Amino acid sequence: MIAFFIKRLAQAIVVMFVISIISFSIQDNLGDPLREMVGQSVSEAERQELRNELGLNDPFLVQYGRFVKNALQGDLGTSYFFKEPALDVILGKLPATLELVFGASLIIVFLSVPLGVYSAINPHSWFSRAVMGFSIIGISVPVFLTAIGLIYLFSIELGWMPSFGRGDTQPMFWGWESGFFTWDGIAHLILPCISLASIMLPLFIRLIRAEMMEVLQSEYVKSAWAKGLNPRRIYFLHALKNTMLPVITVGGVQIGTMVAYTILTETVFQWPGMGFLFLEAINRVDTPLIVAYLIVVGAIFVITNTIVDLIYGLVNPTVNLAGKK
Amino acid sequence: MPLLEVRNLEVSFGLRSGDVKALRNVNFTLDRGERLGLVGESGAGKSVLGFSILNLISKPGRISDGQILFEGKDLADMSPEELRNIRGNRISMIFQDPMMTLNPVLTIGQQMVECLQAHRNISNENARTIAVQKLQQVQIPSPETRIDQYPHELSGGMRQRVVIAIGLLMDPDIIIADEPTTALDVTIQAEIMELMVELCERNNVALILITHDLGVVSQVTQKAIVMYAGRIIEQGPTREIINDAQHPYTQGLMNALPQMAIPGQRLNQIRGSMPSLQKIPTGCAFNPRCDYLRDACTKQLPGYTVSGNCKVACHMVAELKQAEQAPHEA
Amino acid sequence: MTNQNQTPASKMPEVETVPTAWQRFKDTHIWNSFIKDRVAQISLTIFMGYVIMALFAPVIAPFDPYDPTQMDIMNSELPPSWDEEMGEEQFWLGTDAQGRDLWSTILYGTRISLTIGICAVLLQATIGIIVGLIAGYRGGRVDSILMRFADVQLSFSTMMVAIVVLAIFQASFGTELYQDLAMVMLILVIGIAEWPQYARTIRASVLAEKKKEYIDAARVMGLGQIRIMFRHILPNTLSPILVISTVQVANAIISEASLSFLGLGMPVSQPSLGSLISSGFEYIFSGAWWITVIPGVVLVVLVLVMNLLGDWLRDVLNPKLYKG
Repeated sequence: MIAFFIKRLAQAIVVMFVISIISFSIQDNLGDPLREMVGQSVSEAERQELRNELGLNDPFLVQYGRFVKNALQGDLGTSYFFKEPALDVILGKLPATLELVFGASLIIVFLSVPLGVYSAINPHSWFSRAVMGFSIIGISVPVFLTAIGLIYLFSIELGWMPSFGRGDTQPMFWGWESGFFTWDGIAHLILPCISLASIMLPLFIRLIRAEMMEVLQSEYVKSAWAKGLNPRRIYFLHALKNTMLPVITVGGVQIGTMVAYTILTETVFQWPGMGFLFLEAINRVDTPLIVAYLIVVGAIFVITNTIVDLIYGLVNPTVNLAGKK
Repeated sequence: MPLLEVRNLEVSFGLRSGDVKALRNVNFTLDRGERLGLVGESGAGKSVLGFSILNLISKPGRISDGQILFEGKDLADMSPEELRNIRGNRISMIFQDPMMTLNPVLTIGQQMVECLQAHRNISNENARTIAVQKLQQVQIPSPETRIDQYPHELSGGMRQRVVIAIGLLMDPDIIIADEPTTALDVTIQAEIMELMVELCERNNVALILITHDLGVVSQVTQKAIVMYAGRIIEQGPTREIINDAQHPYTQGLMNALPQMAIPGQRLNQIRGSMPSLQKIPTGCAFNPRCDYLRDACTKQLPGYTVSGNCKVACHMVAELKQAEQAPHEA
Repeated sequence: MTNQNQTPASKMPEVETVPTAWQRFKDTHIWNSFIKDRVAQISLTIFMGYVIMALFAPVIAPFDPYDPTQMDIMNSELPPSWDEEMGEEQFWLGTDAQGRDLWSTILYGTRISLTIGICAVLLQATIGIIVGLIAGYRGGRVDSILMRFADVQLSFSTMMVAIVVLAIFQASFGTELYQDLAMVMLILVIGIAEWPQYARTIRASVLAEKKKEYIDAARVMGLGQIRIMFRHILPNTLSPILVISTVQVANAIISEASLSFLGLGMPVSQPSLGSLISSGFEYIFSGAWWITVIPGVVLVVLVLVMNLLGDWLRDVLNPKLYKG
């Protein structure tokens, strides 16, 4: 267990190191902090003095060291636009994004497993064919088009669902709020979650189906049949547990992709989350915000990958988390 | 009534290009406690025969004709529930590769207990006790700890012992063993085979041993069936087949054994290779490889000729017999 | 060495004609399953239609969408010609917000989307094949370093990398210069972000190939490493390459469309299918659905047929693709 965490920690440090270098280079090259701090009227000599004072003329490594030191203390600079600590601004928007990812994950998990398993067990039934047909169409429709289509159908034509925003939210812990606790909040969540799920759901259905079909051909499933076991036990214990191993690994990678796709979904639905904020920050060249976003997203990657590895280790007995032979 | 009787069994695989017959006109019987060897090259249909006895042929294959009578009841005609009551309970199966037959994500114990619970109303503790006993029977040291381990923690030989223990769990009437030792180290092969025979003998279990190794068949079984391209070409008491093979193919197999080779010379082998099931030649399927080829062989499917206690499917049996008895002139 | 090619031909009896490439192709598994598979036939036909549309866009298009003199703001947001009240004969699919003929703009947009998709995949394939061959063939430390690199690259999703990189470039180049470079940037970003897909698949098949005896034979014959890699191993990895390439072009087109939708891709003055959809999105609420829907359908059908072809190829060639 300890070895596992040390290995994980080392990976996390490498990833965060890469992100910090990228982030710092952005901060160093994008936009001039002085322009944001002082007006045009300040003379060149004063500017130079201010630069020295701010340490902007120091060597790269010194500046980078200072950046890391501040970052470790949770100080990623102040947003030019909001005039507030960038990290606070981003973290304030985090729940909205997580809510979206969580809702979409629920849809994906509760639909992909039964559909994938069913179509692997009955590959020739008309329902499986329909599922596979829908899934290949689903893969071929970009997420923003799904979102636009959903808005057009359910908001504009039918008027059933709100087309933008989060609706009513209820406070949770740490001052975070969530829309999961009010009907209005849930109504606002449905369309964005469906569109976010639409890109991954077909992928997972196809993946689970393919893996399951392979597992059903395996010798150990054949021998389970030869043992006279109940088909339910064969499908949902013997086959499914083995099917889920590669699915979990792929799922870990896909969570990162999902975070990226929140940018698209949030843009279409004007969802007040991190992704929407990030695009705004890019248009405003709000460097500290951009940097804060990258670091928060990097942290999300590292955390989810660690969790996925842990789950994988728990499901797969051949992986030894304790690290001993 | 024999324990198991297979009558006119035909197994077809529905492919896009049409049906392919993997087994044709297979007939044999098996008595309680009897040991039967199924011999043939790979692709001859011996594994398909093994699976079809349990009605376990995977799609697109199906039993297209014939009966498999187990204690007089037709397995080919049973409901899934009835079949489940027989599989693993009255007839169990041991597969070729112990690396692949045990589910990697379940412990040995789980895989044994589930089998007991599928066929008997039994508590977890009692099932576990029986499982430990069976592991002891197959000579696994410290079964109490082994039972909670996963397959990957066991060596290949150990795993095959576990597979045998699972096969014996319900004290079945028949065990079908499909090349049970081929995947193991040569040094362990004999040991495992000996163990299996001993356990079958002690519990009066009938054994169907599927193998390509005539040597093993001659040591272990009382009856043997030789298969070629989906058909039985020779069957009878093992001793007679080994000592006095009638069919040119069986003779070829016997001559190909390394023991039969003369030191310093090449091993004898049957020329050519077995045809794929889609391209079986007309007449006798073996005719392109046969040294005694006659006109009839390419035109007519040979019927079974009784010779001693054996049944042989060859046009040339009588002629060959004569040639053998007559003094060699050349 | 030069004679070697002629020897088998001269030995052959004269009666027997050497089968032409086409005849040999007709005997292959691919052709046989193609003539049986209706979906594959339709997909390929539609895809060829797209390719022709893209290649001959300047010839087919009734208007030049890049020529400002052919645009008239008075013609903006006209519905397709089958709308009897508002539609105009000369604009078959209507016009967009700037008064451009939608049909012509879609033709040019398809051209841009396909070009970016194909070029990006060529770039991915080049990097991925070279890295995959080296990693698989050399093995050891080179292999583990390259593959760790691929893992890290892959764990940041393509979209994320592309959005960040393009956003930074846009911010530092300024919008105008960026618009001129947009196409090159899109190709570079999508091309570089996705190379691990190829590298991992190629590496897997190289490892499988390497175990086979003919590679040992080639090595024993004293052939050079590069020759073995490119002449002996690479041809055997062609089927996985073909399969992923089809799907990757489809993915690249989706990525390009998504980036353009976010305003990080092709500018409105030179729209791809994605930027066309994006520019139409503002007008969907006022009822001008066609600016979004028609290019959307064009895009989805293009990606769909490519995915169907990819699926079909995967089933036929059945290569061992890298999983996980």
